[in-house]
Amino acid sequence: MAKFKKSSKGGSQEINASSMSDVIFMLLFFFMTVTTMKEVEYKVQFQLPEATELTKLEKKSLVTYIYIGPPTISNRARMGSESRIQLNDKYAEVSDIQDYIAQEKGNMREEDQPYMTVSLKIDKDTNMGIVNDVKQALRKAYALKISYAATGKEGKQIEH
Amino acid sequence: MANKREVPQPNTSSTADIAFLLLIFFLVTTSMAGDKGLSTRLPPPVDSDVEQKVEERNTLVVLVSQENKIMCQKREIELWELRDIAKEFIENPYNDIHLPKKVPVTIDFFGQVEITKPHVISLQNDRSTKYSKYIEVQNELIAAYNELRNELSLRTFGKPFAELDEDRQKAVAEYYPQKISEAEPKEYK
Repeated sequence: MAKFKKSSKGGSQEINASSMSDVIFMLLFFFMTVTTMKEVEYKVQFQLPEATELTKLEKKSLVTYIYIGPPTISNRARMGSESRIQLNDKYAEVSDIQDYIAQEKGNMREEDQPYMTVSLKIDKDTNMGIVNDVKQALRKAYALKISYAATGKEGKQIEH
Repeated sequence: MANKREVPQPNTSSTADIAFLLLIFFLVTTSMAGDKGLSTRLPPPVDSDVEQKVEERNTLVVLVSQENKIMCQKREIELWELRDIAKEFIENPYNDIHLPKKVPVTIDFFGQVEITKPHVISLQNDRSTKYSKYIEVQNELIAAYNELRNELSLRTFGKPFAELDEDRQKAVAEYYPQKISEAEPKEYK
C-alpha cells in the first residue's frame, strides 16, 4: 500500500480527461445531424452529367429518387446491358412509375405533397427515349417538380 | 462518520471510447455534399387532341437531333452560340417583330414594364439523343435565364441575384419567367 501512495505523491500530474468525452460527444452530434445515409443500394450504374446552373435540393424528406442506367456488373447476365430503371431497390418498368410516385406521395405529410421533387439520377450515356417515357409517366402522376441530378463543373463559362 | 463516506463513482473513462467509435462510424458514413441538379417543372398532363397554339414569333425551337447536333430554328448551331441566341430571344431588346411580343405587366419594384411574357423555348429531342447532350443544352438555356436575371438585378439593385431578398428575387424572376417547355416527344421520320 505504501508503494501506491508514494507514486501518487512523486509522479507527474495526471491530466483531467473527464471533459474529453463531452467534446467528442459534441462532434458526434454534429456528424449525426449532418449525416445522410445512402438512399438505397444501387442496382444500376450511373455517371451523372456535368452542368453549371445547379440548384441544391433543400429538404431530403421531399425528394424521391429514380435511377436510370445500365445494370451493375453482377446483374448484367440476368438483366442485359441496356439502360434500366431502378425504383427503391428493385428494377422496374416505366409502367411502375405512377404507382411508385403515388405511394411515395402517400408517405408524405399532406402539406408537403405539392413540394414533392423527383430527382432523376440518370447515366450520361443513356438515350433520351427512356428518359422521355419516364417524364411522361411523371406528368401523368402529377409529379411535376423534377431535378436532373448533375455534378458541378469547373469554370462557370464555356470558352467562347 | 457513516454519512461522510463517499458514494462510489462509476468509471466513466470508457464513455470517450464509446463516443469515439460512434463518431468514427458517422464520419465514415457521412456524405456532406447534398444533391444538386437542374431544376425544372414539367407541364401538367393535357389531352393529346388539344393543341396549344403559340404564335410562331413567340417560340424558339431547340432540337437536339439524333446525331447530338443542336438545331435552333431549323439552323444548325454550336453549343456556345445557344446562350446568346436564347438571351436575345428572351429579352428582345430592340422590339424586333420576329422575336417574342412584349406585353405590359406590373411587377413589384419595377412598376409597369414591357416583358416578353408569352415566349416559350421549346426543347425537343429525338429518342436516341444522348442524355448528356440534352443536359448540356438545358444547362445553357437555364444559364441564359440566370444571366439575364443577374444583369437585371445588378442594374436595378446593385447586387447579384443570389444576394437579393426573397421578394426582390421573386420580382426579378417574374421579369424573366423561365419558360422552357420540354415538349412531348415527336416522331421524326
